[in-house]
Amino acid sequence: MIPGQFDYHRPASLAEAVHLMATLGEDARALAGGHSLIPMMKLRLATPAHLIDLGGIGALKGIRRDGDHIVIGATTTQHDLLASDLIAEALPVLHEAARLIADPQVRYMGTIGGNVANGDPGNDMPAVMMALGAHYRLEGEGGAREIPAAEFYQGAYFTALEPGELLTAIAIPVPPAGHGSAYEKLKRKVGDYATAAAAVVLTMAGGRVATCCIGLTNLAEAPLLAEAAAQAVIGTDLDDAALQRAAAAAMAIMQPAADGRGSPEYRRHVGGIMVQRALKRAAARAG
Amino acid sequence: MAKTHVTMTVNGAEVEGLVEPRTLLVHFIRENLQMTGTHIGCDTTHCGACTVDLNGMSVKSCTVFAVQADGAEITTIEGMANADGTLSALQEGFRMMHGLQCGYCTPGMIVRAHRLLQENPSPTEDDIRSGIAGNLCRCTGYQNIVKAIQYAAAKQNGVEFKEAAE
Repeated sequence: MIPGQFDYHRPASLAEAVHLMATLGEDARALAGGHSLIPMMKLRLATPAHLIDLGGIGALKGIRRDGDHIVIGATTTQHDLLASDLIAEALPVLHEAARLIADPQVRYMGTIGGNVANGDPGNDMPAVMMALGAHYRLEGEGGAREIPAAEFYQGAYFTALEPGELLTAIAIPVPPAGHGSAYEKLKRKVGDYATAAAAVVLTMAGGRVATCCIGLTNLAEAPLLAEAAAQAVIGTDLDDAALQRAAAAAMAIMQPAADGRGSPEYRRHVGGIMVQRALKRAAARAG
Repeated sequence: MAKTHVTMTVNGAEVEGLVEPRTLLVHFIRENLQMTGTHIGCDTTHCGACTVDLNGMSVKSCTVFAVQADGAEITTIEGMANADGTLSALQEGFRMMHGLQCGYCTPGMIVRAHRLLQENPSPTEDDIRSGIAGNLCRCTGYQNIVKAIQYAAAKQNGVEFKEAAE
């Protein structure tokens, strides 16, 4: 399978990349790891006239602590995340989610920025970022802005990115010491997108849930923040009744598509189970 | 369409060529360089038959443009033997443990296992199985591939591998 023809650009700086994005307009696509875009181009489902390769911009890659936030550059790969002690210590849920993405070869190339900016409802990191309260930094020729992950996704492949803008970094508030987190993903085989998946980040106080955020992957046209489900467990000790209330509240907002992974009824059913498992595992890790 | 000049180091030798931007790395290696050890299997980023080592990473060369690899250091299956031409520990492991049947997946398996052992010289069986999760084999059921990699790890660590092929 051969992609359509395109012009290739490899800017050396972010300013140059943003200028190219603005000048070339909607015929241009940014290329990061390429492991979503290139398969789409080979199928001719994407036929950009220009590719702007971000691989030569060193400033877009890397993981650093900035006060009470962890800042991850857009072209940091899933492999880089898994190799990072800082992530292991401060944001273990990112390690858990990255390990469930695709396979080793894809993780060497696939980037965190591509995963969150592409808008594919099957991508795993968006729901995790929503549960963590992350912000995305978007840069265009007119300047930079920050937007909460929870406000970024509008539908399948529709996001708050404006034409000419690039997602350049993700800023994640470091969860408090003793927080618990988990990402539960049901998939048919290695490399598959989720049939259903749930991310949980919570804190416990005196055996009861003090704070909780729940994100859902591939259970609607866009990732979901299950706020009512999280509310249903706050103040409880996660007894069976609370877990079932949370699952029911989460299932009420799921609108999964019918596809090879199952019927909407099945995917909603297992979605509820993923929420319960993630809550239990996150609580067991808190303390 | 204008062609772009690329240079890279493949198996220690500097190579160059003119490619369209849309030329995939696997096509550059197989067609321009005439090195056909790297196979195209699924052509959809799943099977791993086209795996090559690019700047110290295992990548599926059907999903990388040759222009992205401009200036890169690449190792393919043709570069896996020892410098004196004898089989490397991994190649010997695949031979001794019957780690292949039809052989189609083998170049990708060996190139991937090479990087795995570089990063983790003493992998557990689980490490090996998750480490080759991006390489599909439809013949062996993986048992002897895992043993082949265990054989190579043992040999590189100076330990005798006592298990037999299934």
